[in-house]
Amino acid sequence: MSPRAAWRLESLGFTRVFDYVAGEADWLAFGLPTEGTNAHVPRAGQVARPDAPACHLTDRLGDVRDRTRAAGWDSCVVINERGIVLGRIRGDALDGNAEQLADAVMRPGPVTVRPSEPLDGLVRRMRERSTADIVVSTSNGMLVGVLRRADAERRLAEETKA
Amino acid sequence: MPTELHRNDVGRMIADGAQLLDVLPTDEYEAEHLTGALSIPLKTLDAATTAGLDRDRPVIVYCWDTQ
Repeated sequence: MSPRAAWRLESLGFTRVFDYVAGEADWLAFGLPTEGTNAHVPRAGQVARPDAPACHLTDRLGDVRDRTRAAGWDSCVVINERGIVLGRIRGDALDGNAEQLADAVMRPGPVTVRPSEPLDGLVRRMRERSTADIVVSTSNGMLVGVLRRADAERRLAEETKA
Repeated sequence: MPTELHRNDVGRMIADGAQLLDVLPTDEYEAEHLTGALSIPLKTLDAATTAGLDRDRPVIVYCWDTQ
């Protein structure tokens, strides 16, 4: 929509027209300031932990396991060199042969949500599915972090009190 | 030809005086928009609705995302 608007402005004689193609979704993903009736709504990107463990396809599982556990997590997101989410290693898979590569043990295509996703509906769905955490990525697949349901529930409780 | 901007450039250009224009429908604008953005929905974008924009300053348009 914004490219058409930008071209339309040029057709109306505006000569200095710029298109923020990634748009409001991108803006919200990085927690930048907004206004409006929904501006106070807590969103996934505000609660996702950007320091959640991540590894690459060619990392040794033993190294991945050590890093993941040392950081207090029981799962690791597998990304490529551009930070795009490719898979996830969790549960028993994390305890496999230390010499295997992440590529061999990851579960590809994990469920992800956008950073702009409102927390209330997301938490409701996570409870229904007994999901403890979920990967948060941008619309082009770049890892933002991992959202823990407990963090989200705490944030919603704080909003209720305020 | 319109120039595509990255998020970091948006903030810098706003600080330098650029106008920010939300072209989403009015109800979506009212629900949430980038701080300081004006609203002219794409369907109403014409000479009359843009008359209030300053032609000497850059205009940055945006919608929800790339779609």
